[in-house]
Amino acid sequence: MSQLHESTTTDRPASGSRDLRLSGLTKEYAAFTAVKSLDLVMPQGSFFALLGPSGCGKTTTLRMVAGLETPTSGAIHLGDTEITYAKPYKRPVNTVFQNYALFPHLNISKNVAFGLERRGVKNVGQQVADMLELVELTSQAHKKPAQMSGGQQQRVALARALINQPEVLLLDEPLGALDLKLRRGMQLELKRIQTEVGLTFVHVTHDQEEAMTMADTIAVMNQGVIEQMGAPNDLYENPKTTFVANFLGQSNLIEAEIQGREGGQVKVRVQGALASIPTERAHSESGKGWLGIRPEKVLIAEAGHPIDAPGDVITGGFITDVSFVGVSTQYMVKMPWGQELMVFEQNTGARRMLPVGTKVDVSWRPEYAFLLDASQDAKAGIEED
Amino acid sequence: MTSTAGIAPANPHDSAAPAPRGRKLTGYWLILPAALWLGVFFVIPFYSLVSSSLFDPNGSVLTGYNMTWHFANYVDAINDYKGQLWRSIWYAGLATLACLVIGYVLAYAIAFKAGRWKNLMLVLVIAPFFTSFLLRTLSWKLILADDGWVVGFAQTIHLTNLLNFIGLTGTDDRLLATPFAVIAGLTYNFLPFMVLPLYASLEKIDVRLIEASSDLYASPMRGFFKVTFPLSLPGVVAGTLLTFIPAAGDYINATLLGNTNTKMVGNVIQSLFTTQGDYAAAGALSVTLMAIIVGLVLIYVRTSGTEDLV
Repeated sequence: MSQLHESTTTDRPASGSRDLRLSGLTKEYAAFTAVKSLDLVMPQGSFFALLGPSGCGKTTTLRMVAGLETPTSGAIHLGDTEITYAKPYKRPVNTVFQNYALFPHLNISKNVAFGLERRGVKNVGQQVADMLELVELTSQAHKKPAQMSGGQQQRVALARALINQPEVLLLDEPLGALDLKLRRGMQLELKRIQTEVGLTFVHVTHDQEEAMTMADTIAVMNQGVIEQMGAPNDLYENPKTTFVANFLGQSNLIEAEIQGREGGQVKVRVQGALASIPTERAHSESGKGWLGIRPEKVLIAEAGHPIDAPGDVITGGFITDVSFVGVSTQYMVKMPWGQELMVFEQNTGARRMLPVGTKVDVSWRPEYAFLLDASQDAKAGIEED
Repeated sequence: MTSTAGIAPANPHDSAAPAPRGRKLTGYWLILPAALWLGVFFVIPFYSLVSSSLFDPNGSVLTGYNMTWHFANYVDAINDYKGQLWRSIWYAGLATLACLVIGYVLAYAIAFKAGRWKNLMLVLVIAPFFTSFLLRTLSWKLILADDGWVVGFAQTIHLTNLLNFIGLTGTDDRLLATPFAVIAGLTYNFLPFMVLPLYASLEKIDVRLIEASSDLYASPMRGFFKVTFPLSLPGVVAGTLLTFIPAAGDYINATLLGNTNTKMVGNVIQSLFTTQGDYAAAGALSVTLMAIIVGLVLIYVRTSGTEDLV
């Protein structure tokens, strides 16, 4: 808590000492708690995503970092400087707002120059020109925001924030208003710019694909707390809760009885069959559990035909639904105990598409399965898109 | 405004060009009621006013009026009454300025700070309209009466001295029958016409823009002058016009709250028309006042540049 390193908004030490740290951050409203005692470190220079359904507290967290919302308790530090209660206009933090919030009465260059001019920087022309070049809007400098498309406005909003060289750039669902194709393009663009300028980006989104495409680290938020945090592929491959398993991609969760450890494996009984899970992927030790397996990790074959999977085979399913989506085929397989499992199969051409009603066996490689606590709701995080 | 780049933005004129014939006619039908109204209640009276301004100035109610195309009526009217003309512009301008300051604070508070009291406050702003204009102005005579507490209080805080110093009252510590009373009456009576358009344009401002300005290093004060105020300019322009124009032609406030030296051009026109029967001079003065106001409004709207605002 030393005051020695009082920040002067723009001077930024090159080392990783300017991490953004949230400690015990809480925001309570009259009726509910939006953010519950959040502890989080976002390393300097990283692309950090806060992912969650609407109302999970991710935007409130972002607004507290921006200074637009005052925390009920807890602290926000940028390096050694505490900024918990600093005024928004005194923080080295800028935001790209969800609806861009461009000033309608100012043209594009004036919008981009706004932050620098408010800080009394003279002769901003060259910097504005450079920034407009970065976002490829040089020819639009004299237009008003209303004369531009959504994608262009998004880039203006980005330029308007980036030109101030903030220590932390906050992005509040910045791509939400764009159509799918444009969104994909902007995701890559944002990632490129982040790598180029090397700032800490904190990105709030409810779009799990967007978070996985762009972020180095994802924190999945639900009901004001962080469910799990990690690199995108770690989160996807080894979810710790049913919410993460369902919200980040899709999962088959099958009721299982835990038999106990055996070497590096946890053995479970699944509807009569035996299955195993590597211990580092087992998040429950005894009693009942949910055995989870991602749809694309499940293999199927017509009943009696060999399946390429050592171990865990379950027989007696039949196909109830087939949808062809180009690169893959998605099957729904009804199992003997009544549950329908999702199976995504890559269309490699190795085998014809199986029709509805075909009797099939399913299997998966044990190293892809994960085991979750049975006390959690198997449908948590499903209804969100 | 036009784009220099090859890709031009959607131009509103492009899309309007090839309208089918039926749609065009619909437009005229929709304009018809307003056109008739304006024809009967504006064009015809205006024609009558302009023609009476060119009557022979020697005409009277007894001898009748002759059209002699006497353009010198205008020269005479301006020469005789330029003091009152100037005073009208000056009083109306001061009242408009006072309305703007009071009205902006009020409209801002209603738009951004009133919360669930918003509707009640708007009702209170227009509530005075439920009483007659005349009664409300008359009650200001009581409020500003010589032995009233308002005068007493103004003396205690030396407001009377200040007003005397800037020439809005006399040296006798009175408030009633002074320029100050007339301007106060005008301010009071036209305040709602300022508040409502200001409120409408402030209420429309997206608070996220104000948050964005604060995120971009603007203190609340600078954010106000760089974002909120420019975005409320359409309301400022509408409000000042709705206040200034009727205030410049008003005669009730000067009659009830002023003295013989606070006569405004409205008082002159009223007396020329109704008591002296000098239709020619009254008409010329009316048209002159109208021309001055239209001229001022044009200059004002041009320089405030509101046509640039979205």
